[in-house]
Amino acid sequence: MLKLALRRVAALIPTLLIIVTVSFAIIRLAPGGPFDEEQGVSPAVRANLDRLYGLDQPLPVQYLRYLRALAHGDFGPSLRQRDFTVSELIGRGLPLSATLGLCAIAVALMAGIPAGIAAASWRGPGADLAVAAIGALGVALPSFVIGPLLALVFGIHLRWLPVAGWQPGAPRYLVLPVLTLALPLAAALARLTRASLLEVLRAPFVRSVRRCCRSRAISAPPSPFSSPARWWWKRCLVSQGPGVTSCKAPSIVTIRSSWA
Amino acid sequence: MNDGPTVAAVARRGLWSDARRRLRGNRAASAALIVLAAIALVALIAPALSPWSYDSLDWQHLAQPPGSAAAHWLGTDRLGRDLLVRTLHGVRLSLLLAVLASAVSLVIGVLWGAVAGLAGGRIDGAMMRFVDVLYSLPYLFVVIILTTLFTRGSLIVLAVSLAAVGWLTTARMVRAQTLALRRREFIEAARALGVPPHAILLRHIVPNVLGPVAVYATLIVPQMILFESFLSFLGLGVQEPQASLGNLIFAGAQEMESAPWMLLVPATALVLLLLALNLLGDGLRDAFDPREH
Repeated sequence: MLKLALRRVAALIPTLLIIVTVSFAIIRLAPGGPFDEEQGVSPAVRANLDRLYGLDQPLPVQYLRYLRALAHGDFGPSLRQRDFTVSELIGRGLPLSATLGLCAIAVALMAGIPAGIAAASWRGPGADLAVAAIGALGVALPSFVIGPLLALVFGIHLRWLPVAGWQPGAPRYLVLPVLTLALPLAAALARLTRASLLEVLRAPFVRSVRRCCRSRAISAPPSPFSSPARWWWKRCLVSQGPGVTSCKAPSIVTIRSSWA
Repeated sequence: MNDGPTVAAVARRGLWSDARRRLRGNRAASAALIVLAAIALVALIAPALSPWSYDSLDWQHLAQPPGSAAAHWLGTDRLGRDLLVRTLHGVRLSLLLAVLASAVSLVIGVLWGAVAGLAGGRIDGAMMRFVDVLYSLPYLFVVIILTTLFTRGSLIVLAVSLAAVGWLTTARMVRAQTLALRRREFIEAARALGVPPHAILLRHIVPNVLGPVAVYATLIVPQMILFESFLSFLGLGVQEPQASLGNLIFAGAQEMESAPWMLLVPATALVLLLLALNLLGDGLRDAFDPREH
């Protein structure tokens, strides 16, 4: 398990290198430059600008300079917002994204896994239909649909929570974005939990434990720390990787719809 | 010569008829199939019945709620365009793009996975390494690159970027199936008879892999719809005045304070479509591969 994690982390570096190279190539090879929209700029001023930003060098030299700057953590100046470096812009946004993402994962884990366990142990009539419907609803309500709907209900009609904005230290601004991110993830987790739990509960070793320890009430799922549960936790956590990264993309969604 | 007692003809039992029987027994999936057929029918026919087209502006009725104005059954948006027709247009576009992208990604994925599984050794390793690298690239990045390189609103570019993301999982799945099939006797026999590898691939491997692939296909279509709507919501997909469920939802979210129907109509359409497709996909998966609880 540890070897797998280390191997995945080690595979990160070539991936990052590919991403950096491809994005560099695309931006530099595309026609036009960052200063084409400047009007009334004399050629001497253009030449100076190019020299200042290193745009007059041949492309491989620019690439190596970029890599060397990246190795020092310097992403260069922002060409859109001219007064800031890219690192400053990232530094402004990253803590907020990280907070939202981590809170969303925590909420999703706390809500999704117990829901999945409950769904696995619910045996009444119509249980299959209800579980399938709720599971499908969880997939059918993506974050960019839930976000505006939650804002509409809780922000505009009920006025319990603010629709948009951010104030550091005021947790009520966190609630709607975190819910928006957490709900699809919780639904996916609940589905996965239920399916895995049903699979484990059918396994021969669980059935033999049940038969030989009939005095203990093992109609409920086994303890979270017994060995079948440990195997299942591992499977569950390994598949959460995509869930973690998928919290970042929808946070763009919530921020975009809060700008609107 | 006596005729023995005539025996009633034995009902046909094969993979497809068994699956059909199980599907009909699954109430959620049958309901989903009916809803899906209804949506498809309405999306095809209703725009022809309405006097409005998806981009015609009705200056008399800007931002009207549903049911109030002339023949605007679900209201209008800020520019006076009929919301029902736009939503149905969006449904059509989403379904078209999703089915197209799914088909392309399935073809590429099946061929890639089958070739990798059959070839084995270093070719297999190289092909799967390529898939792993592409898997680890964030998909939004790929889409942004593709939309930057080519024109923004082009539907072909959108379909290509959707397919570029979807074929990876198919390739992995097909390779796993191929590896399992390779050890079967009929493949061994075919090889012993001297059947060339490309014939083994096309005549033996691919048809046997199609079962799980077909089930996966019904689950990949809603994923594609979701992805395309997400991209349109971000402004990277379908552009105005073309209507996609994603950019309808975005426009509706901006107006939701004063005109909530502009958000609720496309959101409901998207949710219904995805729900029906997912329930149907789950039902098909259970029909082809039932697991007794």
